[in-house]
Amino acid sequence: MTFHRLPAGRVVVANAAGEHVLLERSEFLELSEGRLEDLRLIRLLRSKHIIRDPADSLPVELLALKVRTRYAALAEFTKLHIFVVTLRCEHSCQYCQVSRRSSNREGYDMSEATAVAALDVAFRTPSSSLKIEFQGGEPLLNFELIQFIVQQAEQRALELDKDVSFVITTNLALLDDNVIRFCRTHDIGISTSLDGPRDIHNANRPRPGQNSWELAVEGIRRVQEELGHNSIAALMTTTEASLGRAVEIVDTYVELDLLDVFLRPISPYGLAIRSRSHLAYDVEAWLRFYSDGLSHILDLNRLGVPVVERYAAVILRKMLTNDESGYVDLRSPAGIGIAAIVYNYDGDVYASDEGRMLAEMADTTFRLGNLHEDQYEDFVLGEALLAPLDESFALSAPMCSECAFERYCGADPVYHHATTGDFLGRKPLSAFCQRNTGVFELLVERHHDDSFARGQFRKWASR
Amino acid sequence: MIALRGRIAAQRIEGLDRDVWRIGDTTPSPDRAQMLRAGTIPVPGFGLFLVAHDAGILVNEPPGMSILLPIELSYVSTGDVIAITPDRTGVRVLWRTASPVNSVLLTEQCDNFCLMCSQPPRKVDDHWLLEQATELISMLDRDTSGLIFTGGEPTIFGSDFLELLSNCREQIPDAAIHVLTNGRRFSNQAFAEDYAAVAGRSVTAGIPIYGSEPSLHDFIVQADGAFNETVNGILNLAALGSPIELRVVLQKHTAPWIREIADFIARNLPFVDQVALMGLEMTGFARSNFNDVWIDPYDYADDLAEAARHLDSAGIPTAIYNHQLCLLDRSVWPLAVQSISDWKQEYEPICSGCEVREQCCGFFATGRRQVSAHIAPVMRTDPLEEAEPNLTIQEEFSYQTGASLVGLNSANGDIANPPLDDMQTTFVMITRKPESGDPE
Repeated sequence: MTFHRLPAGRVVVANAAGEHVLLERSEFLELSEGRLEDLRLIRLLRSKHIIRDPADSLPVELLALKVRTRYAALAEFTKLHIFVVTLRCEHSCQYCQVSRRSSNREGYDMSEATAVAALDVAFRTPSSSLKIEFQGGEPLLNFELIQFIVQQAEQRALELDKDVSFVITTNLALLDDNVIRFCRTHDIGISTSLDGPRDIHNANRPRPGQNSWELAVEGIRRVQEELGHNSIAALMTTTEASLGRAVEIVDTYVELDLLDVFLRPISPYGLAIRSRSHLAYDVEAWLRFYSDGLSHILDLNRLGVPVVERYAAVILRKMLTNDESGYVDLRSPAGIGIAAIVYNYDGDVYASDEGRMLAEMADTTFRLGNLHEDQYEDFVLGEALLAPLDESFALSAPMCSECAFERYCGADPVYHHATTGDFLGRKPLSAFCQRNTGVFELLVERHHDDSFARGQFRKWASR
Repeated sequence: MIALRGRIAAQRIEGLDRDVWRIGDTTPSPDRAQMLRAGTIPVPGFGLFLVAHDAGILVNEPPGMSILLPIELSYVSTGDVIAITPDRTGVRVLWRTASPVNSVLLTEQCDNFCLMCSQPPRKVDDHWLLEQATELISMLDRDTSGLIFTGGEPTIFGSDFLELLSNCREQIPDAAIHVLTNGRRFSNQAFAEDYAAVAGRSVTAGIPIYGSEPSLHDFIVQADGAFNETVNGILNLAALGSPIELRVVLQKHTAPWIREIADFIARNLPFVDQVALMGLEMTGFARSNFNDVWIDPYDYADDLAEAARHLDSAGIPTAIYNHQLCLLDRSVWPLAVQSISDWKQEYEPICSGCEVREQCCGFFATGRRQVSAHIAPVMRTDPLEEAEPNLTIQEEFSYQTGASLVGLNSANGDIANPPLDDMQTTFVMITRKPESGDPE
């Protein structure tokens, strides 16, 4: 049994599988001191496998079944394979997580030989279902290689009886008929950036002409029309300019019929850390922003608009089901290498996209090797991957192992390495911990107190 | 209401060597009975003649052994199967071809003693019921589409019950068979394995669960240890790939816990093929324990709706049985099923003005008529477009078994060495494919 006191005084009590109840402080004290007599509460706590009759082994078996189910998916690593097909980009965003290179500079494109070596590795992973994501820079600047990889991967998937799907992460500025046609033929999804209303987006994403938002909106509409509504997902980046404007951001998404909104924090990598823009707002301010956005989304749900907040959906899946979320950044063991792996344009292999960004800043801690020098075994069995996985595992981390929210959370060795210099981090000082704890508290309270939100949360958790 | 049993009015069956008879058509056969009504000409060559009570003066005397049926059973006709009780004083209707679903009683014995049991258990040697059921199966058309075995507790007969299932698989291979069982016997690993081997995918076990932990369930079924045995039985069947339906009866004690029961199922037993949330049939013990089990469904309508939506959100096929639509939140109308068998279904006078009566399950004609104070005609039909009755047995299975062994690495000492047998350690709940839509 683990527990966590909420700011308002109630106490979350959770079991090893992450099922929880919310108790009044007095009830919690009775429970912890072994003098609980309220039969209704005893029955509730037994239902949730938080307490049991010592002679009763079934709760233990069921808990084991639930925990085993959660970890079962680990055997099927690695699902997400990120191909950085070029480092070139025609944008110059202030918080860009990879160093920008002007789009006419040569020597920053992935070669066919590197792509083939990366596919060799990708198809050796045990996962029966691969997802290949094309990133940059702006990956459409090297569209020829994307076409080559897609065709090669489809052929290998057929031979090895695996599923493979594709997504291109693009700012949509270079979307043309040729790209659309190819995406339609090969059922390729599009992931793009949209920071909200025009002024926020364009301030965040300078490009010649100051028309990034207009190009993004035009591209989103075009993809929706020509490839279908399910073919596009947009992600936002939060900056200081976003805070206080959550409602407008959500409304912009809904107006564009983008019904997945991912209210994200800014990450401390790449140019973002250099410009110190991640320090420009604190966790409290972000949590207010998040709470505003979530409330607005639930209000829209009440009106029948089926918009979903993705970060909540990820956490609620972990909170309300026995399944691990597909989300890479909130897992324990960490998702690095075993949920996602990155093949850089130059053949370097990284344990995560953030690990690649650190390398751009001369910190190669998360570089697993090079496709032209090392083997698959070197990448997945090397200390560069195993040490951070091992050292950050939350169930053996101080303050995580006894945290009531451990099952909803994850290990982020890259973030903690970047901010404190070790894989484990110091949780009282960790913005990762503070931010996620705040979100968990918010979600647990809404789930408990608001029956409408509870119904929505269950739908989000299972979608 | 259609009677399914009655006393024999008069009989001439001295020396009759069989008790179970199927009514034939016009072709005489020593294995078939002929039904004689007013004006029917008896045909020599049938093994037995059944005379309708209202047949009047027969044209010819039956040319063989005969039974005069009581008036309430005189509806039986070609294809139906009747059985004479061992003491030869009564007749039971085992099979009605006109019924969409036939229930076959296998025993009145049971090791549960549920407060609201509609078929109160009796400690009697009624093995003959199983024997008559076995004869019934041998007489059915090979393309019979389905049936329900009920009790009492059918598994109480152990291997004889399994042999009956085996006969079903051979003689009516296409039939979807539903067995209503308390599931306790499946906690015996060997029995569960033998059952699964015989039952395959065409037999679904309908198992009641009346609580989210032992104290409530064991109280309701009046048997200590029943909850643990039932849940272990469910886990055993699931690991063996046997189809499972869970049945939750809403009554005074379970209704306040229905949301917790739904959560328990969604979290611990999400692999089941269906959950049925059922209203009370006020007969048997439910009638004698009226004050202890009756609750107006109006009083738990909100909790029932949330529980049903919860299960539905978790991807578990969910059906609501025996609840009138006017007492159900409209959000769960699509889950409501016309569940009351034709032979015991009725409506109230007030229902005549209701616009959704045709979609409504109506009321049990059996037992004490206890009607909610909130029954009222529904006048708006528009939302019913989506209120198509749910399917009763889901074909598709929602979990996989036989996944490889997954080691435990928990900090919780409690589960580091769980007392599991080999089969359960290989069993994980996989309710859906891994998410594919999450970009970085």
